[in-house]
Amino acid sequence: MEFIFVAGIFLGGIIATQFLANIQPVQINPVLAAELSGYGITEITELVPAQLFSWSNLFTAKGLIMIVLGGFLVGFGTRYAGGCTSGHAIMGLSTLQLPSLIATCCFMIGGFLMANFILPLILSL
Amino acid sequence: MVKIADATPISKDLEIRMMDTVCVNESQLEHKWYHNLKYLAVGLLFGIIFVKSEVISWYRIQEMFRLQSFHMYGIIGSAVVVGAISVWLIKRFNIKTIYGEQVMFHPKTFNKGQIFGGLIFGLGWAVTGACPGPLFAQIGTGASVILITLLSAIAGTWVYGYLRERLPH
Repeated sequence: MEFIFVAGIFLGGIIATQFLANIQPVQINPVLAAELSGYGITEITELVPAQLFSWSNLFTAKGLIMIVLGGFLVGFGTRYAGGCTSGHAIMGLSTLQLPSLIATCCFMIGGFLMANFILPLILSL
Repeated sequence: MVKIADATPISKDLEIRMMDTVCVNESQLEHKWYHNLKYLAVGLLFGIIFVKSEVISWYRIQEMFRLQSFHMYGIIGSAVVVGAISVWLIKRFNIKTIYGEQVMFHPKTFNKGQIFGGLIFGLGWAVTGACPGPLFAQIGTGASVILITLLSAIAGTWVYGYLRERLPH
């Protein structure tokens, strides 16, 4: 059942992109755009930046860290924490569970550390 | 929410899943294959919303962690409100599943995994711009290399299972 559900998410991604696409270019905060252009990321056209996440980047240091290690951290962390954004942040908080509030705070701390302090080092590689 | 398809090794499976999820489906009903189409329909809708709301945008995740946009806070915040109202309605009116079963909510217990695992997940979330569900939608949008991220995430869950006994909880 989970497999059928995620297959649906995958198909939904295809349908939204093929038939419901946004004709406007992706809008992002100009401060973020300026920061990313400093790392050579200038083609802001899709939801996932192709200049970072592409098959040709997969075997570079940056690609291995972002595509392979990043995915590993998501999977390992989700299981270790006992849930992810939907399980802890959305369902856990909406049922007022303290463990989920703790987990959500830790998600945010991890994300803030990565985005502001570690990711700039990775993007500089 | 987790649904259990096979009824055979249920006790062990359920025991482990109880630690992981807010809700566990203890249903052991057997259905014909086409009953699964409803999960496909919900997944499809979820995937379309993921893309159209830009939840799966790497840029939106970066903006969230840099406090450069309200976008993700608005989405997660409204989802929490809708979730809370839904749970309240289910409890208040004792709403059953479509097969007439009771909807159960299990309280979660604290363990250190929520801290260590939470921090690890947060690091991965900010670097990939995706949590587990959105990975599937990202692949659907045409970012095919995210398949590797997905396989790596599955490997991560496997390694966690392997190391579980030796990790602090």
